[in-house]
Amino acid sequence: MIGLLIDITLLTLLVGVAIAIARMKDLFAVAMLAGIYGLLTASFFVAMDAVDVAFTEAAVGAGISTLLMFVVITMTGRSEDPVRHKPLLALLVVTITGSLLIFGTLDMPYFGAPDAPIHTHVAPRYINDSMQEVGVINLVTAVLASYRAFDTFGEVVVVFTAGIGVLALLSVARRREDDAVIELVNDSMHEQHLILRIVTKMLIPFILLFALYVQFHGDFGPGGGFQAGVIFASAIFLYALLFGLSTARRVINQSIIRLVAAVGILLYGCVGVVSMLNGGSFLDYNVLSSDPIAGQHLGILLIEWGVGCTVASVMVIIFFNFAGRQEDNQKAQNEEDIDANRAL
Amino acid sequence: MTLDINTIVEILSGFCLLIGSFLCISGGVGILRFPDFYTRMHAVGVTDTLAAGMILVGLMLQNPDALVVIKLLMILVMTLFINPTASHALAKAAFHNGLMPVLDDTEILNSKERNKTTDNDLEPK
Repeated sequence: MIGLLIDITLLTLLVGVAIAIARMKDLFAVAMLAGIYGLLTASFFVAMDAVDVAFTEAAVGAGISTLLMFVVITMTGRSEDPVRHKPLLALLVVTITGSLLIFGTLDMPYFGAPDAPIHTHVAPRYINDSMQEVGVINLVTAVLASYRAFDTFGEVVVVFTAGIGVLALLSVARRREDDAVIELVNDSMHEQHLILRIVTKMLIPFILLFALYVQFHGDFGPGGGFQAGVIFASAIFLYALLFGLSTARRVINQSIIRLVAAVGILLYGCVGVVSMLNGGSFLDYNVLSSDPIAGQHLGILLIEWGVGCTVASVMVIIFFNFAGRQEDNQKAQNEEDIDANRAL
Repeated sequence: MTLDINTIVEILSGFCLLIGSFLCISGGVGILRFPDFYTRMHAVGVTDTLAAGMILVGLMLQNPDALVVIKLLMILVMTLFINPTASHALAKAAFHNGLMPVLDDTEILNSKERNKTTDNDLEPK
């Protein structure tokens, strides 16, 4: 009864937020609401006992993606363009698609029905045998990192490709910045953000520690490489936000972070190749060690580590390039203003 | 009537949870009723920190498991760090962007007469 009440409340809030997002013209508020939408979705996942997914959604949907949207808004402008066409046709298409989708769900088995195809196909094997075959307490990690390791490899490749895409589109070669200028900017920000800076300094070590905990505790509880990578990246974002991009660039070397992104995915692939060389199939961890269970543990540890490295560095690459672009725009604007003043 | 330790802890826990819930609601009422941004933020900031703290303390008293208590304690410490900082950041951003606090009713009336604009829901009492 209480579960039903929570479900109804959360879904109502979700619909409300979605309508608000569609109706708002102020993109800053829309980005804010998108973060709230992510948080509500995460709560809904928790209510549905999908803690791992909720974790990812809370870290990515409510945290990182909101921040990236803000960075983009600083480049594109804050308010939505006025709509020139009539939205009636779009509304019609959406209504028809929605009704067809709802019609499609009528044939589907009820939520949680034991005879649903999804519960009779491979799920029984995962649930019954994963403890003997993989030996990892968290079933989600066993499925994600061992049974479905190849799919996860694909996901990491997608993340890596996104990083490469951002680099190819937005990356600009920048000359080495003057240390004195960085110091000056740093000092001017220090007055402005004193309290935030001090609290951030206190929190960042704990955020990084928590990221490592999530990374290595994924076998026993919710967590794993994706979540850990995003949390790790968010600590670096926080630093960059409060101490300036240039200072953060000195802490996080850009060429090293690109190397780490590539090394992470290489590590994942190499685990697969090594298992092939040892006589198994691609990403079959049983052959990595003399004991199959130990091999599974080693394989999962290594690929999660690879996932964590790639996700964290790709997030950092995306953020730094988006924010760096904005910084360059501002500099160019300032120089133009100065030139214009001189001309006058 | 004698009270054993369990009953006392139970009562204390219920008391904390009740106070916490009341403060949550009062923060919600405050955000709707207060006249300007800063007072609203004050309502939410102060009650949120205290409300979350009270609820966490109440939950700690509910649970005999040491590990859970330690985890809740860590959440409490984090909340005590983060909530006031977030309020500070909000207030600072608002002030930085030139939003002035509304000081009293006469000022609201004056500014309304001067500008003839009602930019927010400031109603004279």
